[in-house]
Amino acid sequence: MPTGFEYAPAPESRAVVDIASSYGLFVGGEFVDPADGASFKTVNPATGERLSDVAEAGAADVDAAVRAARRAYTQVWGPMSGAERGKYLFRIARILQERAREFAVLETLDNGKPIKESRDVDIPLAAAHFFYHAGWADKLEYAGLTTGARPAPLGVIGQVIPWNFPLLMLAWKIAPALATGNTVVLKPAETTPLTALLFAQVCQQADLPAGVVNIVTGAGATGQALTEHPDVDKIAFTGSTDVGKQIARTIAGTRKRLTLELGGKGANIVYDDAAIDQAVEGIVSGIYFNQGHVCCAGSRLLVQESVADDVVRRLQRRLGTLRVGDPMDKNTDVGAINSAEQLARITALVEAGEAEGATRWSAPCELPDRGYWFAPTIFTDVSQAHRVAQEEIFGPVLSVLTFRTPAEAVAKANNTPYGLSAGIWSDKGSRVLWTADRLRAGVVWANSFNKFDPTSPFGGYKESGYGREAGRHGLEAYVAAGSED
Amino acid sequence: MARVDVRKTYKLYIGGKFPRSESGRSYAVVSQGRSQSFLANAAQGSRKDVRDAVVAARGAFAGWSGATAYNRGQVLYRVAEVLEGRREQFVADVIASEGVTRPRAERLVDAAIDRWVWYAGWPDKLAQVLGNLNPVAGPYFNLSAPEPTGVVGILAPQRSSLLGLISVIAPAIVSGNTVVVLTSEERPLPAVTLSEVLATSDVPGGVVNIVTGRTAELAPWLASHHDVNAVDLTGAADADGVAWADLEASAADTVKRVLRPAGDGPDAVEPDFAPTPSLRRMRAFLETKTVWHPKGT
Repeated sequence: MPTGFEYAPAPESRAVVDIASSYGLFVGGEFVDPADGASFKTVNPATGERLSDVAEAGAADVDAAVRAARRAYTQVWGPMSGAERGKYLFRIARILQERAREFAVLETLDNGKPIKESRDVDIPLAAAHFFYHAGWADKLEYAGLTTGARPAPLGVIGQVIPWNFPLLMLAWKIAPALATGNTVVLKPAETTPLTALLFAQVCQQADLPAGVVNIVTGAGATGQALTEHPDVDKIAFTGSTDVGKQIARTIAGTRKRLTLELGGKGANIVYDDAAIDQAVEGIVSGIYFNQGHVCCAGSRLLVQESVADDVVRRLQRRLGTLRVGDPMDKNTDVGAINSAEQLARITALVEAGEAEGATRWSAPCELPDRGYWFAPTIFTDVSQAHRVAQEEIFGPVLSVLTFRTPAEAVAKANNTPYGLSAGIWSDKGSRVLWTADRLRAGVVWANSFNKFDPTSPFGGYKESGYGREAGRHGLEAYVAAGSED
Repeated sequence: MARVDVRKTYKLYIGGKFPRSESGRSYAVVSQGRSQSFLANAAQGSRKDVRDAVVAARGAFAGWSGATAYNRGQVLYRVAEVLEGRREQFVADVIASEGVTRPRAERLVDAAIDRWVWYAGWPDKLAQVLGNLNPVAGPYFNLSAPEPTGVVGILAPQRSSLLGLISVIAPAIVSGNTVVVLTSEERPLPAVTLSEVLATSDVPGGVVNIVTGRTAELAPWLASHHDVNAVDLTGAADADGVAWADLEASAADTVKRVLRPAGDGPDAVEPDFAPTPSLRRMRAFLETKTVWHPKGT
């Protein structure tokens, strides 16, 4: 088995970032201390070193943030014209571009993802989301969301985001909310709060009116206080299906609006006429991008039986060339697992896969002795009933299943409560379109995988959640429904 | 000697057939006018009838959602034709069910038929109005199109027995969803007549399933059923013993799409079905699928 070439280290400098030893909450345009002074630490998952202490918002802090957001909504942001709102969003987009390097380094330190991904994917896309939505702010009556009148904002939006794409998820949430005239209280994930706090400084730099964006750091209890707050008009949540269901139950009967972007178990279908080497690259980016910490990851590979052995062989050869290690190294392909808890979850599910009789193969790579790591892994001999084929692992673990006919591929692809993403690899256009029609998934990547764009709606079918983010469709989540019928 | 009229036994409509409730139960439907006279015994559907209806709806989904939009439009327009032919029967049903005058009932029936015609024109326009070609920053063809969400459980309005009923069924099925409808508990007769219309038009069996009975008894099973993708709670307004918040909470366990009843806060009110609808009801039961494909030579 070939292993990676020896490369000299090519570390990105962290000098561009100043990390404070502690951070407060961002409420009403200022950094403030939490009411009860609680805090928690955020660590670099690649080394385990403490990066900073971050305030833990309690119910009183969340309440203060919601009040600040309400005040900003009624006094400043709501009454402001769309054209003026848009200019603030353009400013934010530009500042993100100007400070992109700083954000990329900070994201990689706090999250563990390879610097080349934070530099080339997360930060540019986050800026692009602000740029795209800035232009909507004064054009909402063209979005086709209401008949005639300009769509009205909802008010104060509570937003809870995950740790896998910290700044990008922030952009997905904040940009459309602000463009449509709402104000926000956002809770970043407890393991990755730093780029959200740097974003708060960007809001200050852009002279965004106080209270339009509020950031409350904390864990589950903070998120719960936010979703339960009676003066929040809408909740936007990205995260696990279990928590999403819990939130939906909590807000039942309150008439709060809700959008959910939940888990997935994406099928990546490879037909025998596919360009196999291209497909192998697509499989790799489908499941090993961002350490597999991707809700729309292509974690179930469905290969046509006649080419299955060949695909798995080439896949193993390719995984042997992936460089796993220091996320700050510009040559690194797979970085650190985000937290000890997540590593434990991945490990437990992989052990379940072995116990249930699937065959495990992990890439022969040397893992650093500090931090949280998991070698890129493939399971073969997987049946549909295996846990590794049904449950979201959220790590660099691929399950391989086979099929004989297109109908069988579709049936197996759809055999999950999730319905977020899918991939199709075939040289035949008619087969690609036939398959795409039948997949019950919100995003279908044909001869490609894990592509994102601010103009392209994203979101799931079935238990992968409801609502769409980005594109014209994403705006709908942030405007009033209009007439009752 | 006066002629003795032939009275009808009212049944459920499941999978294109007219079964009695498996429970063998029925309940008395009385007129809503000044004199509350006995009209008929309607089938009192059970939990198992709801289950059968969901199975029928799921079975019909692939065919109905897979039909061309042009075909669905044709089939739905055919329903309007048959509705028009049964106009007199619906007028009589609405008078008996809602206790309104004949001219008022005629206006309601006409509006209901026209509403169906309005929706019959939608299947082949939805993708154009709600779909999108997305200008992504890269060499990709990227298209977003609406698709039906699946099986939709509907609590039909309690008061508006025909116009309201049609205003909730039609927007769900235009896009290819299949439905299980719990009818107005006290005013189920127009729904039974509608099932006869659907059975004699070209709507495939199982696309619309109509269950009469006690809303409070049946709605929780629909809202928590694991093979139902969405619930329309419009009929929670004025339904005896129904708390829509509980139904919404149980729908959360399977991440169902929920169309809440009209009204503010915990209140639920029956909407005015007279105005031309917005897209809201159709949109509520759609998913957006986005497909990416590379462009190159």
